[in-house]
Amino acid sequence: MPTEDRRETGSTGPDPVGAGGGAERAGRSRRSMARAVPVAVGLAAAAAGLGKRYLDARARRTEVEPAAPPTPAVGSTSPGPRAAPMTAPAPVAVPAPESAAATAPAPAAAAPRRSEDPVVAAELDRRRRIGPEIHDAAPTGDIRTLWDDHLLNLRLVNPANRRRFKVIVVGTGLAGAGAAATLSELGYQVEAFTLHDAPRRAHSVAAQGGINAAKGYKADGDSIDRLFRDTVKGGDFRAREADVHRLSEMSVRVIDHMTALGVPFAREYGGQIATRSFGGVQVSRTFYARGQTGQQLQIAGAQQLLKEVGAGRLKLHTRQEMLDLIVADGRAVGIVTRDMVTGDIVPHTAHAVVLATGGYGNVYFKSTLAKSSNVTATWRAHKRGALFANPCMIQFHPTSLPLTSEWQSKLTLMSESLRNDGRVWVPKEPGDDRAPEDIPEEDRDYYLERMYPSFGNLAPRDISSRAAKIQLDAGKGVGPLRNGVYLDFRDAIARLGRRTMEERYGNLLELYTDATGEDPYTSPMRIAPGPHFAMGGLWTDYNQMSNVPGLFVGGEASFNYHGANRLGANSLLSASVDGWFVLPWTVADYLAPLLGQEPVPHDHPAVIEAVAEASGRVDHLLGIGGTTGPDVYHKELGQLLTDHVGVERHAEGLAKGADAIRELKDDFWSNVRVVGHGQQLNQELERAGRLADYLELAELMALDALDRDESAGAHFRSEHQTEDGEALRDDDNWTSTSAWEAAPPDGVPIRRSEPLTFEAVPLATRSYK
Amino acid sequence: MRLILEVWRQADAASPGRFERYEVDGVTDEVSMLELLDMLNAQLVAEGREPVAFDHDCREGICGTCGLMVNGRPHGPEDFTPACLQRVRTFSDGDVVTLEPWRAGAFPVVRDLVVDRSALDRIIASGGYISTATNAAPEALTMPVNKHQAEAAMDHAACIGCGACVAACPNGAAQLFTGAKVAHLAELPQGQVERYERVRSMVATMESEFGSCTNYAECVPACPAAIGLDVIAHLNRDFRTAVVVQRRGEVPERTDVPWLARLRGGPWWQSDPDDAGDGTTR
Repeated sequence: MPTEDRRETGSTGPDPVGAGGGAERAGRSRRSMARAVPVAVGLAAAAAGLGKRYLDARARRTEVEPAAPPTPAVGSTSPGPRAAPMTAPAPVAVPAPESAAATAPAPAAAAPRRSEDPVVAAELDRRRRIGPEIHDAAPTGDIRTLWDDHLLNLRLVNPANRRRFKVIVVGTGLAGAGAAATLSELGYQVEAFTLHDAPRRAHSVAAQGGINAAKGYKADGDSIDRLFRDTVKGGDFRAREADVHRLSEMSVRVIDHMTALGVPFAREYGGQIATRSFGGVQVSRTFYARGQTGQQLQIAGAQQLLKEVGAGRLKLHTRQEMLDLIVADGRAVGIVTRDMVTGDIVPHTAHAVVLATGGYGNVYFKSTLAKSSNVTATWRAHKRGALFANPCMIQFHPTSLPLTSEWQSKLTLMSESLRNDGRVWVPKEPGDDRAPEDIPEEDRDYYLERMYPSFGNLAPRDISSRAAKIQLDAGKGVGPLRNGVYLDFRDAIARLGRRTMEERYGNLLELYTDATGEDPYTSPMRIAPGPHFAMGGLWTDYNQMSNVPGLFVGGEASFNYHGANRLGANSLLSASVDGWFVLPWTVADYLAPLLGQEPVPHDHPAVIEAVAEASGRVDHLLGIGGTTGPDVYHKELGQLLTDHVGVERHAEGLAKGADAIRELKDDFWSNVRVVGHGQQLNQELERAGRLADYLELAELMALDALDRDESAGAHFRSEHQTEDGEALRDDDNWTSTSAWEAAPPDGVPIRRSEPLTFEAVPLATRSYK
Repeated sequence: MRLILEVWRQADAASPGRFERYEVDGVTDEVSMLELLDMLNAQLVAEGREPVAFDHDCREGICGTCGLMVNGRPHGPEDFTPACLQRVRTFSDGDVVTLEPWRAGAFPVVRDLVVDRSALDRIIASGGYISTATNAAPEALTMPVNKHQAEAAMDHAACIGCGACVAACPNGAAQLFTGAKVAHLAELPQGQVERYERVRSMVATMESEFGSCTNYAECVPACPAAIGLDVIAHLNRDFRTAVVVQRRGEVPERTDVPWLARLRGGPWWQSDPDDAGDGTTR
């Protein structure tokens, strides 16, 4: 049972980072921004399209400066319950208003956001600058009716007019397929892009355990509000409350929809849908289709997408990789793609662009992700002006298989559900070489049960991974490379019998035997933490729109639901909710005022420039003519990240890591060898292009981890821990999302913050003891 | 151990291909078929030669991206296992291992071991789904599903869409793939409404692009998802019902899938490619 120790919130007093303080800060920083960018203000004010309803809504919300129009260049957020006013071209692509950062009096509450260690502070000042805060990312009001109220305020597009709008959807996983199929069904012209040969292959397909939903089918006290609370707490209070509540509300519809599409969810004898439990919660709300839940949801989504293809309404582009985002007059108006078979680099323009391109865990080279998962689409969008939020927040899955050979290409994932019946242990003595069966009970340390008696082997992922890391660092690792811990089914087999274990976990245990040649029924499995899920991603507002108007982001590519740690079975949920039940509504809201406008023509300077840049980058990579293949660099990058930006981080290592990554990047650009040419299927070229972006992302991950001077969830800074080694948050200074602006040429990245408020779920210390 | 690889190299769809012989040393037992290719490619790249193109992605047996013939068998020597999970354990030092792309007329080679499997998606796009508009679904519990039916549906739905069944088939038929989808959806109450239009439409596309099934059953051991031959019986039964018993007219396929109209004059390989399918010429 998690206990909640209310923590004093220090300088903010009894109102824990309350709405009052937030609104006041909002007003102050907006004033300073407005001074800094008079051009943007003038444009926005001139836009009569703001409308009275919009202004009223704004006045209601902030009660500060009701007449001040939004300033898209700096606010770069939805200023009201709706998206930014579409009639005002938002010059987001212009360099960030540096003077605003320099002249803005730092809000009082934000002032101490710097490391107390002067050396670290100086390091940080050298590496990044601090930009203005972001506000109004989500509407306020009664959190239980917020989404419904919001839907009522969204603009609509007449069914007859929908075919006049074109939307590009990149990625065909759960979020992308859902958004593309629904928008197409509604009548919009949709073009969907995937780098795979078929939409079904997207990596959502690999999720095993299940999808959470607050159906409350069991009389165990589950409800929408409880899923909401579990997710906020599981994320260690670093996610946005309003978004998480919407996630929880819509979870119910997701199950209905996916059932109707033919997903064969597990059933009870009475015909009702079965559920099970997952790590970090005490109710049974995880819906599953054997160990293949992701596959089944993904196939159902891909089938809906193909239904639209068959009907001739949706244009699907397979084996096409997005190389850049096209931004014209401050709006996202298209993408540049490379045909992976012919090598042709061409632009596609539309009224809006949806990125559902997944997470970036592969930056570690060996992760639980599919080999082609990459960050290029979101990173290119970031370089074109989109804010990148919390890049350091990456989840390490505690039950992946440890490396067994130098050539092992990835970390195979074993479902967390195995921890229901398996017991995790290491030998008490470091370097104990005996076979596991020969180690008697008294020489075994069941460390999760010892450290977290109430959750035991089912402690949340961040905690389990860190506990394993502590054992490995103490030299207690097992296996030939001493890089794993045991997950032992001996007691469960004795208690339940082998047959029951086969029924529950048969396919997983077989997968283990396939991978290792060992039999988990007779000797314990070996597991280890592996890079898994990216909580960070492109920053979005409540509408899932980034600060670049017209650029929408969904699923793992976005950042808003999981805070500092994702709960098991919540990733399928967030992708499904975004794709099926958020983007179709919010994209329409953005499109409505654009009626009558055509997509940007391909001879527009912004289009020509983006295509030229993308082609130039490809030619440059091919022309370096060095001596080392991209995979060699990627392995090295992975090692640097594992060492310095891994399960545990500290300031010194992060600074060193960031420098080493930069050196590696420089070496890459002068010494990489990409064999073959560009006008063909060239997988080396694909790898090199993706790695080039990973190298830049990795540096930002290290910087963000260095900057966030606290421990929260999966971001564990060893200098910030409690006496018994748990994550120690700094709520006074870090109850916020860090959203990064790309570094201007010859400059450093700019970190902006979005303050978070916790009203429905008061700030508390997580405890699973 | 040291293995000798005979690998199919083909620059692109239009160029002729050939086998090339390579040697890979230092292969250990845990190495998978795909990691064997990784090792070969690392060697080729280090020598400045073009690596072998091959499809792969999740490497845990679920995405269905990988697929190659190993010594003439889809995915490799082990039954019911995708290439990414097959280890080289069964080979001995000095063995010659032949690696080829999927062999099937419907899967043209794109490059080296990469083939174009989009024909499978066209079968699905002809009807392999349940039409439900987003937000229109009723509460999930209003439609109870028998536990064993749900389990059977799951067995059929486990197909990973890799195409091994087609590659294994002497006829290059896609009955196992099509049957798996038809059986999955027909097993569930949700799938009943469109059941017979679905099977007619999917079969029309399947027949136009793939060979015909003569029950060799080579597909079954090749299938990484262990789809059973019963799905083909299911497919045939539903198809017969749709055509003979239901008597819904001559071609009761879906009318909202434009390319089906083109198929009505007979299989595409017999018809004029410029024939628009409605009696006019484009």
